[in-house]
Amino acid sequence: MQQIINFLIRYKIFLFYLLLLFISLIFTFQSHSYHQSRFLNSANYVSGSIYAFFDNTTSYFDLREENEKLVQENQRLRYQLYNKTNNGAQPLDTLESNYLVVRGRVIKNSYSDQRNYITINKGNKDSVEQDMGVITSKGILGIVENTSNGFSTVQSILNEKSNINAKIKNSNHFGSLIWDTKDYKTVQLMDIPRLVQLTIGDTIVTGAMSSIFPENIPIGTIKKFDLDTSKSFYRIDVSLFNDMTNINNVYIIKNLNRQEILELQESTGTNDQ
Amino acid sequence: MINNTFFINILRFVLLILVQVLVFNRLNFFGYINPMVYVLFLYWYPIKKNRTTFILICFLLGLFIDIFSDTLALNAAATVTIAYLRPSIMRFVFGVNYEFQSFKLNSSTKAQQFTFLALLIVTHHIIYFTLEIFSFANVLLIFKKSITIGAASILLCLLFSSLFSTRKE
Repeated sequence: MQQIINFLIRYKIFLFYLLLLFISLIFTFQSHSYHQSRFLNSANYVSGSIYAFFDNTTSYFDLREENEKLVQENQRLRYQLYNKTNNGAQPLDTLESNYLVVRGRVIKNSYSDQRNYITINKGNKDSVEQDMGVITSKGILGIVENTSNGFSTVQSILNEKSNINAKIKNSNHFGSLIWDTKDYKTVQLMDIPRLVQLTIGDTIVTGAMSSIFPENIPIGTIKKFDLDTSKSFYRIDVSLFNDMTNINNVYIIKNLNRQEILELQESTGTNDQ
Repeated sequence: MINNTFFINILRFVLLILVQVLVFNRLNFFGYINPMVYVLFLYWYPIKKNRTTFILICFLLGLFIDIFSDTLALNAAATVTIAYLRPSIMRFVFGVNYEFQSFKLNSSTKAQQFTFLALLIVTHHIIYFTLEIFSFANVLLIFKKSITIGAASILLCLLFSSLFSTRKE
Protein backbone atom coordinates (compact mmCIF):
# COMPACT_ATOMS: atom_id res chain seq x y z
CA MET A 1 0.00 0.00 0.00
CA GLN A 2 2.79 2.34 0.99
CA GLN A 3 4.53 1.59 -2.27
CA ILE A 4 1.43 2.28 -4.33
CA ILE A 5 1.06 5.68 -2.67
CA ASN A 6 4.74 6.41 -3.18
CA PHE A 7 4.37 5.46 -6.81
CA LEU A 8 1.38 7.74 -7.22
CA ILE A 9 3.19 10.66 -5.58
CA ARG A 10 6.32 10.20 -7.61
CA TYR A 11 4.53 9.95 -10.94
CA LYS A 12 1.68 12.32 -10.20
CA ILE A 13 2.62 14.73 -12.97
CA PHE A 14 2.89 11.95 -15.51
CA LEU A 15 -0.43 10.44 -14.39
CA PHE A 16 -2.08 13.85 -14.52
CA TYR A 17 -0.75 14.31 -18.04
CA LEU A 18 -2.07 10.90 -19.07
CA LEU A 19 -5.48 11.75 -17.63
CA LEU A 20 -5.76 15.01 -19.60
CA LEU A 21 -4.46 13.35 -22.78
CA PHE A 22 -6.98 10.57 -22.32
CA ILE A 23 -9.83 13.09 -21.92
CA SER A 24 -8.87 14.92 -25.09
CA LEU A 25 -8.49 11.68 -27.06
CA ILE A 26 -11.95 10.55 -25.94
CA PHE A 27 -13.41 13.84 -27.16
CA THR A 28 -11.59 13.36 -30.44
CA PHE A 29 -12.48 9.76 -31.20
CA GLN A 30 -16.04 9.51 -29.97
CA SER A 31 -17.04 11.97 -32.66
CA HIS A 32 -15.09 10.30 -35.47
CA SER A 33 -17.95 7.86 -35.79
CA TYR A 34 -20.93 10.10 -36.37
CA HIS A 35 -21.66 13.55 -35.08
CA GLN A 36 -19.30 16.26 -33.96
CA SER A 37 -18.75 16.45 -30.24
CA ARG A 38 -21.80 17.92 -28.59
CA PHE A 39 -19.78 19.94 -26.06
CA LEU A 40 -16.80 21.13 -28.04
CA ASN A 41 -18.20 23.20 -30.86
CA SER A 42 -18.26 26.87 -31.68
CA ALA A 43 -22.07 27.13 -31.55
CA ASN A 44 -21.96 28.08 -27.88
CA TYR A 45 -22.76 31.46 -26.44
CA VAL A 46 -19.24 32.74 -25.78
CA SER A 47 -17.49 31.86 -29.05
CA GLY A 48 -20.63 32.58 -31.06
CA SER A 49 -20.92 36.10 -29.67
CA ILE A 50 -17.23 36.83 -30.21
CA TYR A 51 -17.40 35.65 -33.82
CA ALA A 52 -20.66 37.56 -34.38
CA PHE A 53 -19.11 40.72 -32.95
CA PHE A 54 -16.11 40.55 -35.27
CA ASP A 55 -18.29 39.63 -38.23
CA ASN A 56 -20.30 42.77 -37.54
CA THR A 57 -17.18 44.84 -38.05
CA THR A 58 -15.66 43.02 -41.00
CA SER A 59 -18.90 42.51 -42.93
CA TYR A 60 -18.71 46.06 -44.29
CA PHE A 61 -15.66 45.27 -46.37
CA ASP A 62 -17.47 43.04 -48.85
CA LEU A 63 -20.87 44.70 -48.98
CA ARG A 64 -20.53 45.67 -52.63
CA GLU A 65 -19.67 42.15 -53.71
CA GLU A 66 -22.48 40.66 -51.64
CA ASN A 67 -25.00 43.09 -53.11
CA GLU A 68 -23.87 42.11 -56.58
CA LYS A 69 -24.45 38.41 -55.77
CA LEU A 70 -27.91 39.07 -54.36
CA VAL A 71 -28.94 41.16 -57.37
CA GLN A 72 -27.80 38.37 -59.69
CA GLU A 73 -29.85 35.89 -57.74
CA ASN A 74 -32.90 38.17 -57.87
CA GLN A 75 -32.45 38.52 -61.58
CA ARG A 76 -32.42 34.75 -62.02
CA LEU A 77 -35.47 34.28 -59.83
CA ARG A 78 -37.38 37.01 -61.67
CA TYR A 79 -36.52 35.39 -64.97
CA GLN A 80 -37.98 32.11 -63.71
CA LEU A 81 -41.02 33.88 -62.32
CA TYR A 82 -41.90 35.72 -65.55
CA ASN A 83 -41.32 32.65 -67.69
CA LYS A 84 -43.49 30.41 -65.58
CA THR A 85 -45.86 28.44 -67.82
CA ASN A 86 -48.79 28.00 -65.47
CA ASN A 87 -49.83 31.51 -64.70
CA GLY A 88 -51.68 30.44 -61.55
CA ALA A 89 -51.32 32.29 -58.28
CA GLN A 90 -49.15 30.69 -55.63
CA PRO A 91 -51.34 28.98 -53.00
CA LEU A 92 -51.20 30.92 -49.75
CA ASP A 93 -51.98 27.92 -47.58
CA THR A 94 -48.71 27.01 -45.85
CA LEU A 95 -49.88 23.44 -45.36
CA GLU A 96 -49.27 22.96 -49.07
CA SER A 97 -45.59 23.89 -48.93
CA ASN A 98 -42.85 21.32 -48.40
CA TYR A 99 -39.87 23.45 -47.46
CA LEU A 100 -39.24 26.35 -45.09
CA VAL A 101 -36.34 28.73 -45.74
CA VAL A 102 -34.45 30.70 -43.07
CA ARG A 103 -31.72 33.16 -43.99
CA GLY A 104 -28.45 33.35 -42.09
CA ARG A 105 -24.93 34.73 -42.13
CA VAL A 106 -21.64 32.87 -41.89
CA ILE A 107 -19.66 34.13 -38.90
CA LYS A 108 -16.84 31.59 -39.06
CA ASN A 109 -15.65 29.60 -42.04
CA SER A 110 -12.86 27.06 -42.48
CA TYR A 111 -11.71 25.04 -45.48
CA SER A 112 -8.15 23.98 -44.79
CA ASP A 113 -8.72 21.16 -42.26
CA GLN A 114 -9.83 17.58 -42.83
CA ARG A 115 -13.13 18.17 -41.08
CA ASN A 116 -14.33 21.67 -41.80
CA TYR A 117 -17.18 23.30 -39.95
CA ILE A 118 -18.92 26.59 -40.60
CA THR A 119 -20.65 28.60 -37.85
CA ILE A 120 -23.77 30.60 -38.70
CA ASN A 121 -25.69 33.19 -36.70
CA LYS A 122 -29.04 31.37 -36.56
CA GLY A 123 -29.98 28.81 -33.91
CA ASN A 124 -32.85 27.19 -32.04
CA LYS A 125 -34.71 30.44 -31.56
CA ASP A 126 -34.91 30.84 -35.34
CA SER A 127 -36.17 27.22 -35.54
CA VAL A 128 -32.92 25.86 -36.96
CA GLU A 129 -32.46 22.20 -36.02
CA GLN A 130 -29.98 19.41 -36.60
CA ASP A 131 -29.94 17.89 -40.11
CA MET A 132 -31.33 20.86 -41.99
CA GLY A 133 -29.69 21.69 -45.33
CA VAL A 134 -27.66 24.86 -45.86
CA ILE A 135 -27.23 26.41 -49.34
CA THR A 136 -26.06 29.67 -50.86
CA SER A 137 -27.37 31.41 -53.95
CA LYS A 138 -24.88 29.39 -56.04
CA GLY A 139 -25.10 25.89 -54.61
CA ILE A 140 -25.06 23.61 -51.60
CA LEU A 141 -22.89 24.27 -48.57
CA GLY A 142 -23.54 21.62 -45.92
CA ILE A 143 -25.80 20.21 -43.22
CA VAL A 144 -26.56 21.67 -39.78
CA GLU A 145 -24.86 19.60 -37.12
CA ASN A 146 -25.11 21.31 -33.71
CA THR A 147 -27.32 24.15 -32.59
CA SER A 148 -27.40 26.41 -29.57
CA ASN A 149 -29.90 29.13 -28.81
CA GLY A 150 -28.51 31.71 -31.19
CA PHE A 151 -25.92 29.90 -33.32
CA SER A 152 -25.35 26.65 -35.21
CA THR A 153 -22.41 24.76 -36.66
CA VAL A 154 -22.69 23.39 -40.18
CA GLN A 155 -20.81 20.34 -41.44
CA SER A 156 -19.38 21.69 -44.67
CA ILE A 157 -19.31 19.56 -47.85
CA LEU A 158 -15.55 19.98 -47.37
CA ASN A 159 -15.58 17.45 -44.54
CA GLU A 160 -14.35 13.88 -44.78
CA LYS A 161 -17.50 12.71 -42.97
CA SER A 162 -19.80 14.45 -45.43
CA ASN A 163 -21.92 12.16 -47.65
CA ILE A 164 -24.68 13.71 -49.75
CA ASN A 165 -26.94 12.20 -52.39
CA ALA A 166 -26.29 13.78 -55.80
CA LYS A 167 -27.12 13.09 -59.43
CA ILE A 168 -26.34 14.21 -62.95
CA LYS A 169 -28.72 16.93 -64.08
CA ASN A 170 -31.62 15.81 -66.30
CA SER A 171 -31.02 12.15 -65.59
CA ASN A 172 -31.74 9.93 -62.62
CA HIS A 173 -28.34 8.35 -62.19
CA PHE A 174 -27.45 9.11 -58.60
CA GLY A 175 -24.34 8.65 -56.50
CA SER A 176 -22.89 9.92 -53.26
CA LEU A 177 -20.88 13.09 -52.94
CA ILE A 178 -17.78 12.89 -50.74
CA TRP A 179 -14.58 14.91 -50.27
CA ASP A 180 -11.07 13.45 -50.48
CA THR A 181 -9.67 16.36 -48.37
CA LYS A 182 -7.16 17.33 -51.11
CA ASP A 183 -8.54 20.50 -52.69
CA TYR A 184 -11.16 22.93 -51.48
CA LYS A 185 -12.43 23.60 -55.00
CA THR A 186 -13.19 19.97 -55.85
CA VAL A 187 -15.40 17.26 -54.38
CA GLN A 188 -15.88 13.68 -55.59
CA LEU A 189 -19.01 11.94 -56.83
CA MET A 190 -18.87 8.14 -56.45
CA ASP A 191 -21.02 5.18 -57.50
CA ILE A 192 -22.25 6.42 -60.88
CA PRO A 193 -22.49 3.22 -62.98
CA ARG A 194 -20.16 2.71 -65.91
CA LEU A 195 -22.87 2.59 -68.55
CA VAL A 196 -23.76 6.27 -68.06
CA GLN A 197 -22.59 8.65 -70.77
CA LEU A 198 -20.58 11.45 -69.17
CA THR A 199 -19.19 14.66 -70.65
CA ILE A 200 -16.80 17.08 -69.03
CA GLY A 201 -18.77 20.16 -68.02
CA ASP A 202 -22.01 18.31 -67.16
CA THR A 203 -23.85 19.79 -64.19
CA ILE A 204 -24.20 17.88 -60.92
CA VAL A 205 -27.23 18.63 -58.72
CA THR A 206 -28.66 17.21 -55.50
CA GLY A 207 -30.71 14.04 -55.87
CA ALA A 208 -34.23 13.21 -54.82
CA MET A 209 -33.13 10.51 -52.37
CA SER A 210 -32.13 13.01 -49.74
CA SER A 211 -34.62 13.95 -47.05
CA ILE A 212 -32.51 17.04 -46.27
CA PHE A 213 -32.09 18.94 -49.55
CA PRO A 214 -34.74 19.61 -52.19
CA GLU A 215 -34.03 18.05 -55.58
CA ASN A 216 -32.04 19.91 -58.26
CA ILE A 217 -30.00 22.29 -56.12
CA PRO A 218 -26.78 22.98 -58.07
CA ILE A 219 -23.48 21.59 -56.79
CA GLY A 220 -20.90 21.92 -59.57
CA THR A 221 -19.68 20.71 -62.95
CA ILE A 222 -17.74 17.59 -63.96
CA LYS A 223 -14.05 18.39 -64.14
CA LYS A 224 -12.58 14.93 -64.70
CA PHE A 225 -13.79 11.34 -64.47
CA ASP A 226 -12.30 7.86 -64.49
CA LEU A 227 -13.24 4.37 -63.33
CA ASP A 228 -12.63 3.37 -59.73
CA THR A 229 -10.74 0.23 -58.66
CA SER A 230 -13.72 -2.08 -59.19
CA LYS A 231 -13.91 -0.89 -62.85
CA SER A 232 -17.70 -0.75 -62.75
CA PHE A 233 -18.31 2.67 -61.26
CA TYR A 234 -17.06 6.14 -62.08
CA ARG A 235 -15.16 8.36 -59.73
CA ILE A 236 -15.97 11.91 -60.80
CA ASP A 237 -14.16 15.10 -59.78
CA VAL A 238 -16.72 17.86 -59.42
CA SER A 239 -15.58 21.47 -59.41
CA LEU A 240 -17.87 23.43 -57.11
CA PHE A 241 -20.01 26.41 -58.12
CA ASN A 242 -19.52 27.91 -54.67
CA ASP A 243 -16.27 29.63 -53.84
CA MET A 244 -15.88 27.96 -50.44
CA THR A 245 -13.38 30.57 -49.31
CA ASN A 246 -15.81 33.44 -49.64
CA ILE A 247 -19.28 32.78 -48.25
CA ASN A 248 -21.48 35.28 -46.47
CA ASN A 249 -25.23 34.93 -46.85
CA VAL A 250 -26.74 31.45 -46.64
CA TYR A 251 -30.21 29.91 -46.66
CA ILE A 252 -31.17 27.14 -44.25
CA ILE A 253 -33.78 24.75 -45.62
CA LYS A 254 -36.16 22.71 -43.53
CA ASN A 255 -37.93 19.77 -45.16
CA LEU A 256 -41.35 19.66 -43.49
CA ASN A 257 -41.90 16.06 -44.58
CA ARG A 258 -38.61 14.76 -43.22
CA GLN A 259 -40.08 13.25 -40.06
CA GLU A 260 -42.74 11.42 -42.05
CA ILE A 261 -40.22 10.11 -44.57
CA LEU A 262 -37.88 8.84 -41.85
CA GLU A 263 -40.70 7.13 -39.94
CA LEU A 264 -41.97 5.47 -43.08
CA GLN A 265 -38.49 4.24 -44.01
CA GLU A 266 -37.97 2.94 -40.50
CA SER A 267 -41.25 1.01 -40.40
CA THR A 268 -40.55 -0.45 -43.86
CA GLY A 269 -37.15 -1.58 -42.64
CA THR A 270 -38.60 -3.34 -39.61
CA ASN A 271 -41.35 -5.04 -41.62
CA ASP A 272 -38.74 -6.73 -43.76
CA GLN A 273 -37.17 -8.56 -40.88
CA MET B 1 5.66 40.87 -8.34
CA ILE B 2 3.81 37.54 -8.15
CA ASN B 3 0.57 39.30 -8.96
CA ASN B 4 2.24 41.02 -11.84
CA THR B 5 3.33 37.80 -13.58
CA PHE B 6 -0.03 36.28 -12.76
CA PHE B 7 -1.90 39.04 -14.59
CA ILE B 8 0.56 39.06 -17.46
CA ASN B 9 -0.09 35.36 -17.97
CA ILE B 10 -3.85 35.76 -17.88
CA LEU B 11 -3.58 38.58 -20.39
CA ARG B 12 -1.37 36.48 -22.65
CA PHE B 13 -3.78 33.54 -22.34
CA VAL B 14 -6.76 35.61 -23.50
CA LEU B 15 -4.94 37.63 -26.15
CA LEU B 16 -3.22 34.62 -27.70
CA ILE B 17 -6.56 32.78 -28.00
CA LEU B 18 -8.22 35.80 -29.62
CA VAL B 19 -5.31 36.44 -31.99
CA GLN B 20 -5.21 32.76 -32.93
CA VAL B 21 -8.90 32.30 -33.70
CA LEU B 22 -9.68 35.71 -35.16
CA VAL B 23 -6.56 36.35 -37.19
CA PHE B 24 -4.35 33.33 -37.77
CA ASN B 25 -7.10 30.73 -38.23
CA ARG B 26 -8.39 32.83 -41.13
CA LEU B 27 -5.06 33.41 -42.81
CA ASN B 28 -5.22 30.39 -45.18
CA PHE B 29 -1.97 31.33 -46.88
CA PHE B 30 -1.59 29.15 -50.03
CA GLY B 31 -5.00 27.73 -49.15
CA TYR B 32 -4.00 25.76 -46.09
CA ILE B 33 -1.27 27.46 -44.01
CA ASN B 34 -2.72 28.65 -40.72
CA PRO B 35 0.18 29.25 -38.31
CA MET B 36 -0.41 28.37 -34.67
CA VAL B 37 1.04 31.20 -32.66
CA TYR B 38 -0.58 30.29 -29.35
CA VAL B 39 2.32 27.89 -28.68
CA LEU B 40 4.18 31.06 -27.61
CA PHE B 41 2.30 30.82 -24.32
CA LEU B 42 4.36 27.76 -23.42
CA TYR B 43 7.54 29.50 -24.54
CA TRP B 44 6.90 32.55 -22.36
CA TYR B 45 5.47 30.81 -19.30
CA PRO B 46 7.75 31.17 -16.24
CA ILE B 47 10.03 28.21 -15.63
CA LYS B 48 9.87 28.04 -11.85
CA LYS B 49 6.21 27.25 -11.49
CA ASN B 50 4.15 24.31 -10.35
CA ARG B 51 4.17 21.76 -13.16
CA THR B 52 0.67 20.42 -12.46
CA THR B 53 -0.85 23.90 -12.78
CA PHE B 54 1.14 24.51 -15.93
CA ILE B 55 -0.13 21.31 -17.57
CA LEU B 56 -3.70 22.11 -16.57
CA ILE B 57 -3.49 25.67 -17.93
CA CYS B 58 -2.08 24.41 -21.21
CA PHE B 59 -4.88 21.85 -21.45
CA LEU B 60 -7.43 24.64 -21.02
CA LEU B 61 -5.61 26.79 -23.59
CA GLY B 62 -5.82 24.00 -26.16
CA LEU B 63 -9.43 23.29 -25.30
CA PHE B 64 -10.48 26.92 -25.81
CA ILE B 65 -8.76 26.99 -29.20
CA ASP B 66 -10.60 23.75 -30.05
CA ILE B 67 -13.97 25.13 -29.09
CA PHE B 68 -13.46 28.17 -31.28
CA SER B 69 -12.14 26.32 -34.30
CA ASP B 70 -14.33 23.17 -34.15
CA THR B 71 -11.36 20.81 -34.09
CA LEU B 72 -12.71 18.37 -31.44
CA ALA B 73 -9.90 18.15 -28.86
CA LEU B 74 -6.87 17.99 -31.16
CA ASN B 75 -5.23 21.20 -29.94
CA ALA B 76 -5.77 20.17 -26.32
CA ALA B 77 -4.05 16.81 -26.86
CA ALA B 78 -1.07 18.35 -28.68
CA THR B 79 -0.66 21.24 -26.24
CA VAL B 80 -0.88 19.12 -23.10
CA THR B 81 1.78 16.82 -24.55
CA ILE B 82 4.30 19.59 -25.19
CA ALA B 83 3.48 21.06 -21.77
CA TYR B 84 4.46 17.73 -20.24
CA LEU B 85 7.58 17.45 -22.41
CA ARG B 86 8.74 21.06 -21.85
CA PRO B 87 11.20 20.32 -19.01
CA SER B 88 12.82 17.54 -21.04
CA ILE B 89 13.14 19.82 -24.06
CA MET B 90 14.65 22.57 -21.87
CA ARG B 91 17.14 20.16 -20.37
CA PHE B 92 18.10 19.10 -23.87
CA VAL B 93 18.51 22.66 -25.14
CA PHE B 94 19.98 24.52 -22.15
CA GLY B 95 21.82 21.66 -20.46
CA VAL B 96 21.66 21.38 -16.66
CA ASN B 97 21.94 25.18 -16.45
CA TYR B 98 18.24 25.77 -16.47
CA GLU B 99 17.67 24.05 -13.14
CA PHE B 100 19.57 26.79 -11.31
CA GLN B 101 17.61 29.52 -9.61
CA SER B 102 19.33 32.28 -11.56
CA PHE B 103 18.53 30.94 -15.03
CA LYS B 104 16.61 33.29 -17.32
CA LEU B 105 15.39 32.74 -20.86
CA ASN B 106 16.76 36.11 -21.92
CA SER B 107 20.25 35.31 -20.67
CA SER B 108 20.59 32.29 -22.98
CA THR B 109 21.92 32.63 -26.50
CA LYS B 110 19.75 33.36 -29.52
CA ALA B 111 20.47 29.93 -30.97
CA GLN B 112 19.28 28.24 -27.79
CA GLN B 113 16.07 30.27 -27.72
CA PHE B 114 15.41 29.43 -31.34
CA THR B 115 16.01 25.69 -30.82
CA PHE B 116 13.73 25.67 -27.80
CA LEU B 117 10.91 27.38 -29.69
CA ALA B 118 11.40 25.26 -32.81
CA LEU B 119 11.33 21.99 -30.84
CA LEU B 120 8.12 23.01 -29.06
CA ILE B 121 6.42 23.93 -32.32
CA VAL B 122 7.60 20.93 -34.33
CA THR B 123 6.54 18.45 -31.64
CA HIS B 124 3.18 20.20 -31.30
CA HIS B 125 2.51 20.18 -35.05
CA ILE B 126 3.51 16.55 -35.59
CA ILE B 127 1.16 15.39 -32.82
CA TYR B 128 -1.62 17.67 -34.02
CA PHE B 129 -1.55 16.61 -37.66
CA THR B 130 -1.05 12.93 -36.85
CA LEU B 131 -4.22 13.00 -34.78
CA GLU B 132 -6.11 15.15 -37.27
CA ILE B 133 -5.38 13.09 -40.36
CA PHE B 134 -5.00 9.79 -38.51
CA SER B 135 -4.15 7.40 -41.32
CA PHE B 136 -0.90 5.77 -42.36
CA ALA B 137 -1.87 6.12 -46.01
CA ASN B 138 -1.42 9.87 -45.67
CA VAL B 139 1.97 9.98 -43.93
CA LEU B 140 3.27 12.29 -46.65
CA LEU B 141 0.42 14.69 -46.10
CA ILE B 142 1.17 14.71 -42.37
CA PHE B 143 4.83 15.56 -43.11
CA LYS B 144 3.94 18.19 -45.67
CA LYS B 145 1.54 19.95 -43.33
CA SER B 146 3.80 19.69 -40.28
CA ILE B 147 6.80 21.07 -42.12
CA THR B 148 5.16 23.93 -44.02
CA ILE B 149 2.82 25.07 -41.27
CA GLY B 150 5.55 24.48 -38.68
CA ALA B 151 7.93 26.75 -40.59
CA ALA B 152 5.26 29.46 -40.81
CA SER B 153 4.52 29.14 -37.08
CA ILE B 154 8.20 29.37 -36.13
CA LEU B 155 8.66 32.46 -38.29
CA LEU B 156 5.66 34.26 -36.80
CA CYS B 157 6.48 33.20 -33.24
CA LEU B 158 10.01 34.58 -33.65
CA LEU B 159 8.58 37.86 -34.88
CA PHE B 160 6.15 38.01 -31.98
CA SER B 161 8.73 37.08 -29.38
CA SER B 162 11.11 39.79 -30.56
CA LEU B 163 8.27 42.28 -30.78
CA PHE B 164 7.06 41.64 -27.24
CA SER B 165 10.36 40.70 -25.63
CA THR B 166 10.31 41.12 -21.86
CA ARG B 167 13.14 42.45 -19.78
CA LYS B 168 11.89 40.81 -16.61
CA GLU B 169 11.26 37.17 -15.60
